[in-house]
Amino acid sequence: MNSILEYFADIFKGISSLWAGMRITGKYFFSPGEIVTQQYPENRATLKMEDRFKGEVIMPHDENNLHACTGCGICEMNCPNGSIEIITDRVANAEGKMERVIDKHIYHLSMCTFCELCIKTCPSNALAWGQKFEHAVFDRSKLTKVLNQPGSKLRKEAK
Amino acid sequence: MSEEIIKDVIIGENEDYIINMGPQHPSTHGVLRFEVCLKGETVKYLIPHIGYIHRGIEKMCEANTYPQIIHLTDRMDYLSAHMNNEAVCLLVEDALQVEVPERVKYIRTILDELNRIASHQLWWCAFGMDLGALTSFFYGLRDREHILDIFEESFGSRLLHSFVMPGGLMHDVHPNFQKRIKEFITYFRKKLPEYDQLLTGNVIFQNRVKGIGHMSKETAIGYGVTGPSGRGSDYSCDIRKIAPYGAYDKVQFNEILETGCDTWARYKVRMAEMWESLSILEQLVDNIPEGDYTAKMKPIIKLPAGEYFQRVETARGELAVYAVSDGNKSPLRMRFRTPNFSNLFVMNEITAGHKIADLIAISGSLDLVIPDIDR
Repeated sequence: MNSILEYFADIFKGISSLWAGMRITGKYFFSPGEIVTQQYPENRATLKMEDRFKGEVIMPHDENNLHACTGCGICEMNCPNGSIEIITDRVANAEGKMERVIDKHIYHLSMCTFCELCIKTCPSNALAWGQKFEHAVFDRSKLTKVLNQPGSKLRKEAK
Repeated sequence: MSEEIIKDVIIGENEDYIINMGPQHPSTHGVLRFEVCLKGETVKYLIPHIGYIHRGIEKMCEANTYPQIIHLTDRMDYLSAHMNNEAVCLLVEDALQVEVPERVKYIRTILDELNRIASHQLWWCAFGMDLGALTSFFYGLRDREHILDIFEESFGSRLLHSFVMPGGLMHDVHPNFQKRIKEFITYFRKKLPEYDQLLTGNVIFQNRVKGIGHMSKETAIGYGVTGPSGRGSDYSCDIRKIAPYGAYDKVQFNEILETGCDTWARYKVRMAEMWESLSILEQLVDNIPEGDYTAKMKPIIKLPAGEYFQRVETARGELAVYAVSDGNKSPLRMRFRTPNFSNLFVMNEITAGHKIADLIAISGSLDLVIPDIDR
């Protein structure tokens, strides 16, 4: 007798627990409240990443095509996996002295682990995070970038 | 054909059947292979084969400086990335005798707890999904998104945020940080009871997890099972209580202990820990003191020669870092005692005699993260 009672009690317990769960899913089915999904890539025009989003390392240039990188190589030294290569040149300045200037700031996005050490340790704040995140390309060599724009020069700070 | 094979395979005298579960099995959540010996449907014994995602993090540490090591620890237990980072930072700060500002301690503790909730949410989704409740997967990820958004706003990355540095933080948190956390607490306090209604109270789920995977307290201590898995066996092993770090000595919280010792007990510990983490967050979020976000550190960090040891509580158990320094800027030897490594090898003990379907439930309840095992 007891086992029969237990059998039916189990069935009712099962149905009630199923009902408790289905009530939640049913509630969200009919009144979702907030929409949590995003229609990417249709919303590309309005999609805005956070200011601090780590998309890629960039070197900001101002309107006169000037940047702040002196080519000291501290970012190259601090990078844990060799994503940054710096090629410097020696150019005579106005007083005739040979001065070190940056020729190419090469950044391998394919090797970067986004640890932020290059940006953090840069003494002249020449590097920053870019918000671009769509990095898929067909060829790996396209992920090697030169950060200083062609023809750009070092910004001379007013003394 | 030798006589043995004829006996074993063709006549079928030896009914043992060896099957490889993994390395690409969806329920192991990573590249892990179980060599399972079955008799019919019952597991006789089980041998875990690891190393598929070994990257040599300990060896790489020997070539890197201390700030560079931080980003490697992210890649061990990626679901409790912040706790892993903090372990190395605490070790360096302890070695250099640096006094960290109070603000840093509070923010680190808040991030620990946020990360713990996010990790337990993902565990809850995946555990339900392994046992066939696909709904729980979507509901858990929906709430986890709120935490990841807070992370993204403050540190720029959602999962692997190398945000802490030896001496403090990478930069200050976003001005919206406190507001967003308070919003999350009120939001999640409403959503957490739904978890119980959806999955915890479900009879099918309860029948599948109750009474399987019995791990006695002696077994847990013997194998070094820590974290929620160990506390499900009544083994008090919370580093936050035993050796408080950060701001854990300033908050009131309970160490969740269950005496059930089975998969159901480990489930209940994790569910209760989410409530506990919410209450820790509530105590801390309004009291973040003003101040610097980093202590003054030398540009090149060199630890004095000697041996250093630090342990923290991650979402899965006790992570211990041991470093030997010879006075240079990179360690001579770095060793990580990761919680999942110990938690994995108890599997053979607690699955023997169960059905192969229970194996999924048991490995789910241990909450294994494979890169943490192989590191």
